[in-house]
Order: sequence, then structure tokens, then C-alpha cells
Amino acid sequence: MATVTVRFFARYAELAGCETTAVAVPAPATVRDVVRRVRATLPGADALPERPLAAVNLRHVKLDAPVHDGDEVALLPPIAGG
Amino acid sequence: MLDLLLAEVRGPDCGGTCVFLGTVRGGPEENGVTEIEYSAYDGMAEAEIERILSEARQRWPVARVALRHRIGRVPVGEASIAIAAAAPHRAEAFAACRHVIEEVKKRLPVWKKEYRVDGTAVWVDPSGKPVPTHGA
Repeated sequence: MATVTVRFFARYAELAGCETTAVAVPAPATVRDVVRRVRATLPGADALPERPLAAVNLRHVKLDAPVHDGDEVALLPPIAGG
Repeated sequence: MLDLLLAEVRGPDCGGTCVFLGTVRGGPEENGVTEIEYSAYDGMAEAEIERILSEARQRWPVARVALRHRIGRVPVGEASIAIAAAAPHRAEAFAACRHVIEEVKKRLPVWKKEYRVDGTAVWVDPSGKPVPTHGA
């Protein structure tokens, strides 16, 4: 199993009802697996998109990127800076 | 914000300095926005700013670039982001400055909540539309 920290921001934090949670997924796992687990188990998180923007350890990644035990996975709403 | 930014890029070899300010738009054509609240994924925003500036420095080695993004509430008319690029000649200053704002728009993990004159507050995407809810 890989246990990762999942971070939510802005609209996604409101929908998920929290800013951070820990999620365990069977290894080897991808970001997609983490998203699926979050959407299936966290109340309110099924309102998040199936394919959100994501980052692992402070870097943008695609959903098929691998995740490892201890990683920080962030689900990012549409980028709106500048 | 601007004085510090200009001081960061200033140098005796600089013939051209380009400054970009992104300012908050408001009024009836802009959903009646009165101010925008910016929030960020702090650790990643710092890292991404460093990556964007580093890429600009590699692409335009003669240019010095700096950027600041305000977090929290910014009223209409005020700047939420400032970018400065200085180089011996204006071509590189303009190009580096443009590149940085374009990359910020694509990559910087910052989000905005519009506060509107009707009393509502809505997280929006870059085009001003509310962030959609799955299945809603």
C-alpha cells in the first residue's frame, strides 16, 4: 500500500469539506487511482471532476503519473492566477 | 510592490525595462465584481515561480526578470500580479516579460474568488465562469 497526503484548494476544498486528507492505495498506484479513491470515499468529493489537474510533490503531473508512499498529491481547480 | 520589483531587475547594462501589471477588472460587464480574493498552493507556487523565472533566464540570458503575485483580497483596479524584465535592449525585455505572464497563466497554482456587488462570492475559472461541479 502507498499512503499519500491529498491536498485540496479553493473550490475543491469547499466541495471536499477539508483541505487535506490521507489516502491509502494499493501499490503500484497512479494519481488516477488516488483520485478515484478520494472521490469514492470522501463525502462530497464525488462533486470533484473525474480528471482534475494534479500535482505530485509540487510539480504538475498527468493522471497516469506514479505515486509513492509519502507523496503529496494536490488536486488543482482550473488555474486562475495572473 | 513595483519599486522592489524594479530594484531587483535594475542594472547599469539595461537599456529597456518591461513591466506587466495584471489588474482586477470590475463593473457590470465583469459580473459586478468589486474585488477578487486570490489563494495559492504556497509551496508549489513558490517552486513554479522559480521554475518559470529560471526558464526565462535560460531562454533570454541577457534579461533579468522578477515577479510578485498578491494573495488575498485585491480590489478592482489594483494589481494582482507584477512582472518586470530588464535587458540591454527592448526586444529581450518584452519577450521575457511576455513569456513569464503566459506561463503564469498556464501553470501557477493560484485561484480566484470573485466578490460581486450582489453579495455573492464565487470561485471562477480564468474566463470568469464558476468552477463547475461534477454531476451538477
